[in-house]
Amino acid sequence: MKAVCWHGAKDVRVDTVPDPKIINPRDAIVKITSTAICGSDLHLYDGFIPTMQSGDILGHEFMGEVVELGSAVKNVQVGDRVVVPFTISCGNCFFCKKDLWSLCDNSNPNAWMAEKLMGHSPAGLFGYSHMMGGYAGGQAEYARVPFADVGLFKIPDGLTDEQVLFLTDIFPTGYMAAENCNIQPGDIVAIWGCGPVGQFAIRSAYMLGAERVIAIDRVPERLQMAKAGKAEVINYEEVDPGEALKEMTGGRGPDACMDAVGMEAHGTGPDSFYDQVKQAVRLETDRPTALRQVIVACRKGGSVSIPGVYGGFLDKIPMGAAMNKALTFKSGQTHVHRYLRPLLERIQNGEIDPSFVVTHIMPMEQAPQGYEIFKHKKDNCIKVVLKP
Amino acid sequence: MTSTPEDKQTSQSGTERWASLIGGGALVLLGLRQGSLRGALMALAGGGLVYHGATGQSGIQEAVDMNQGIRVEKTVTINKPADELYRYWHDFEKLPTFMKHLKSVQVYDAKRSHWIANAPLGTSVEWDADIVTDQENQLIAWASVAGADVDNSGFVRFTPAPGGRGTEVKVVLEYNPPGGAIGAAIAKLFGEEPEQQAGDDLRRFKQLMEAGEIATTEGQPSGRK
Repeated sequence: MKAVCWHGAKDVRVDTVPDPKIINPRDAIVKITSTAICGSDLHLYDGFIPTMQSGDILGHEFMGEVVELGSAVKNVQVGDRVVVPFTISCGNCFFCKKDLWSLCDNSNPNAWMAEKLMGHSPAGLFGYSHMMGGYAGGQAEYARVPFADVGLFKIPDGLTDEQVLFLTDIFPTGYMAAENCNIQPGDIVAIWGCGPVGQFAIRSAYMLGAERVIAIDRVPERLQMAKAGKAEVINYEEVDPGEALKEMTGGRGPDACMDAVGMEAHGTGPDSFYDQVKQAVRLETDRPTALRQVIVACRKGGSVSIPGVYGGFLDKIPMGAAMNKALTFKSGQTHVHRYLRPLLERIQNGEIDPSFVVTHIMPMEQAPQGYEIFKHKKDNCIKVVLKP
Repeated sequence: MTSTPEDKQTSQSGTERWASLIGGGALVLLGLRQGSLRGALMALAGGGLVYHGATGQSGIQEAVDMNQGIRVEKTVTINKPADELYRYWHDFEKLPTFMKHLKSVQVYDAKRSHWIANAPLGTSVEWDADIVTDQENQLIAWASVAGADVDNSGFVRFTPAPGGRGTEVKVVLEYNPPGGAIGAAIAKLFGEEPEQQAGDDLRRFKQLMEAGEIATTEGQPSGRK
């Protein structure tokens, strides 16, 4: 089959590789009809996530048709149309039972690597480095899905791929990030980053009762899309977001602040330059420019929600502000399984049509080009969907 | 104030800690004074001196061996009741399912079994082992008998975790490889990352018990040439 393979920083290729096969009884094979490039794939593309190996198949936002089932999968049938959560979860461990699916104890075959870095291992993920399981991803014609009996989610007729594809990651990720803001009546939520997750977070924050949402970015078309989602916007290249947020919130600061940017943030201040240099020479794993602003901007006693991906060790985090302002931090890879049904219902009810975020649909053969335009935000690119 | 590693060693000697781990009293301490986990297990079984004679090892020799030996301790919490885990583990012939370095285990009778482990360069090592203590749903302890390629002993303990969190499974193993080339090879096998190896074995046991299968990517496609 054809698959999008990582061969090093800024080097992805569409290779011919063997077809996947059933390995474990709870596996399924899915023939992929749509697969997206995620903002977090760009961290792989840029070479900032450790333990990637040349030849790894990328992709963790995919859906398609079940074509083969392991002997233990009884609740789905060959021919079912399904979406696949990017987190791989067994459904039986302490964490899965507690609805904390992205912390599954049993899905990372390379848990020891994650334990060395983080103390404990989160769930395995599709196409996201060997430390996170080393699973072949879904930017391919076919994918093997472990624990398919809990991982596959059937999609009813009448919805297009683009309407349901983002149930695999970015819609639940934006939604969980908004939940993590602990939104109360009258709350103002500020969201750094108007990429796809930020866009879903804006809309989710309103679903959860936010009074106002303020979105921060510098890319005009992304700010435009945020406005379309009823957010007020700040272009951080034009105004200092900290000062602007204070003025927009009566001096209080936003009740909740969200970092939907993560480890490759851009900024305009000296700290941003410091991070660019340090990360470039590998003295720092992440560039937490947005996170610093989030902590300083947040009102006293407010909530900090971090859906943005971080990989390792961060410099110059204003922990003094975090502590003295009594902020609550919430983060984590998304517990996707938890959100599949409720968010599908919101799509079916017409509360949201997730296809709004798609700017580019292209054949999978053009994946290298897709990565390149998405990374450089060329051609007004916000979200790329590939068709195998 | 936090204590330094030196403090810890003096305040909680290995001997006492092991005695409390295995759950024995004076007899265990007696065994451990002879210098090894084996001694402690024998003492627990109440047959320490007799057994000791049979292996032909003197206490002094054993203490020396122990300095070169490898001792590993690892614990994992499994979301299953102790009796279920105990039953699976007690069926020794199934252990190679999740213990990667084991090639096979053959059970002779209620007490004795024959173990074959993979060693470097396609070789293997073999030994007979006896169950020295068996407390239903709580503890299984074993030790190799005379003539083993690699002298080893160990126990697995099943303790209910608090608040319905399942069972804490602790494994303690001790290997005393012989001298010479084969000893070096075995030391390498068990010695490179013994903690990780034991940890990975336990994790596979947990996966098998909780998820019904062992997570793997072996056999999946990639673009590696």
